[in-house]
Amino acid sequence: MKLRSSNEIKLSLPSLLWLIIFFMIPTVIVVVISFRNSDPSGGIGAGWSLDGFSDIINSSFALILWRTVKLSLLTTVICLLFAMPVSIYMAKAEEKVQNLLLLLIAIPFWTNFLIRVYAWKVVLHPEGLLKKLLFTFGLISENGSLLYNEGAVLLVLVYTYLPFAILPLYTSIEKFDFRLIEAARDLGSGPVRSFVKIFLPGISQGIISAIMVVFIPALGSYVIPDMVGGPGGEMLGNKIAQRVFVDRNLPKGSALSTLLILAVILPGLIRLFVKRSNFRKVIVKRQKRQDALQ
Amino acid sequence: MKDFLIFDGIHKSFGQYKAVDNVTISINQGEVFSLLGPSGCGKTTLLRLCAGLESPDAGRIILNGTDISNLPPNRRKVNTVFQNYALFPHMSVRENIAFGLKVAGKSRSEIKKDVDAMLDLIQMSDHADKRPALISGGQKQRVAIARALVNKPQVLLLDEPLAALDLKLRQRMLIELDQIHDEVGITFLFVTHDQSEAMSLSDRMAVMNEGKIEQIGRPVEIYESPVSSFTAAFIGDTNFFDGQVIEILPENYSLLSIDGLPDALCFNDTTRTVGDMVHVSVRPEKIMMQRQSPPDDHKMNTIKGVVENLVYLGGSTKYWVRSGEWMISAQQQHHHFQLDEKPLTWDDEVWLSWHADDGFMLERYDLDDEKMLTMPEDGDLLAEDIGDSEEIDDDEAESGAGS
Repeated sequence: MKLRSSNEIKLSLPSLLWLIIFFMIPTVIVVVISFRNSDPSGGIGAGWSLDGFSDIINSSFALILWRTVKLSLLTTVICLLFAMPVSIYMAKAEEKVQNLLLLLIAIPFWTNFLIRVYAWKVVLHPEGLLKKLLFTFGLISENGSLLYNEGAVLLVLVYTYLPFAILPLYTSIEKFDFRLIEAARDLGSGPVRSFVKIFLPGISQGIISAIMVVFIPALGSYVIPDMVGGPGGEMLGNKIAQRVFVDRNLPKGSALSTLLILAVILPGLIRLFVKRSNFRKVIVKRQKRQDALQ
Repeated sequence: MKDFLIFDGIHKSFGQYKAVDNVTISINQGEVFSLLGPSGCGKTTLLRLCAGLESPDAGRIILNGTDISNLPPNRRKVNTVFQNYALFPHMSVRENIAFGLKVAGKSRSEIKKDVDAMLDLIQMSDHADKRPALISGGQKQRVAIARALVNKPQVLLLDEPLAALDLKLRQRMLIELDQIHDEVGITFLFVTHDQSEAMSLSDRMAVMNEGKIEQIGRPVEIYESPVSSFTAAFIGDTNFFDGQVIEILPENYSLLSIDGLPDALCFNDTTRTVGDMVHVSVRPEKIMMQRQSPPDDHKMNTIKGVVENLVYLGGSTKYWVRSGEWMISAQQQHHHFQLDEKPLTWDDEVWLSWHADDGFMLERYDLDDEKMLTMPEDGDLLAEDIGDSEEIDDDEAESGAGS
């Protein structure tokens, strides 16, 4: 056992060092800067202060925070809803079809992300084909806009993150034993109940990963709202960029980043804590039962 | 009650492949009925049709007077014990067993009472809160049975329930299954490719081959008087001799000519006539072996041969004896340890004899038929196939994995 664990440490050392140097330390630096004074020239001033966090009480901040969370949640939900049937179909398809579909899902990544977002800008442009088409069918008014609003941001967010939701779902569904559904049906359960009570818990790991790889990056979106969102579609990422590049106020940008980091890791921490206490409950329960037996 | 569960002219194809081909079976209430056959014979499909997991292309399934052919699985009063148990991994043993009752909307106290009784029956009360991953194969098996039985189905369907267990455990579970059946008295429909399981558990059984029923009967009927070469070869071992009927004798006997062997006397169920080409099936344990020529008895068939191979099996010894072109297998029980008698061994000259009543005339089976090669059991199903036994074993391993 000892040998194995020491080997494990050795093997994971490189990746651990990588994470510490390029993720842990920069994160700590960001958190530290958020408590520093700003320097009018754009650097970090002397002394400590909470000025960086003064944005929180700004009313526009609340609006942007709400929009960021709302758009991220919507993106996650829509991605899951779209990804679920696709993943089920893929997992049940023949191997050849599976490989083809996996390839098709990977193909967008061969084109640069920025170019794909630009492409959306063209598609949604007021002079673009889509707008004209919708206008001819009377689905949109002359002055209605497809671009520069929350809807455009949501659309491109979903477009961008859908493949990331499909992959973990597909992986866990492929491992799911569909005979369990047959067993549930056999035991009298209808299709909906079998789906909710047997299928969803069975692929919960995939669902959790899908949520993580969609929700967390969506929270930190910057490019998408910047390009298709306009002022009405701004998200927290844009605000941070604005603080850093326009206002040249590093502590304020860092403070917002810190809040974002907290928002991301808080659910994880809560989950960890809940699991721990559940575990403790089980142990206590078992202890009690053993006591009762004696 | 007779005709409790009826399969009436069932057809089911998957693409070009006819899985079940015009099957009609009638099962009595409280009976243990087995579907026995090699993998791919359609037995599992028939079971899934009964559970509602497949729907028939033609024919009806009638349970207790009601046509259930088109009901979804959740509305049929049958429950299944799946081959790999299909226990819900995210639920405890107790929750697994309670699932069906919860779905049925029973009250908490009722569920608790029924589940406790079931846990007691399968002796799993101490493991009720464990997840399936933490219990052994035999325990999973019992939980799967309990999960199905707790819903008080009219028929319990068992799909190769013992296939995943090792030999000792299989034998114990077989006895437990029998006890459970005695206790609950529910009709069991049992699917297996293992003839010993089917024989030891069933009241009646159906032997299936290529989607069709070969024979339905009590185990003893099927073993002692098979109606087809397939059944004779599939259930237990047998020797096949190619013969031709040359004379009909009184008292339901016939005389047969067999190439390279003396003419043989054989029981005739009166359906064969002179000139018929038949297989004569003789079970290895029905053949007696002696060093001396046996006393003359006109109902005994006697052949002289040389022991070419033997396998000591503990309780008995199996011999392969060559006589001319024929390789004949014979199994001898060890009744007592005969110190004064030298045991038969390689190259010994022996006399083989069997009673005319122990031979069966069956229709000629096509020996090139691949199905004969995919059957389980030893490689000596056919007297002629001795040299190919290894190949047969390979086939068996493959079909076993796929079943």
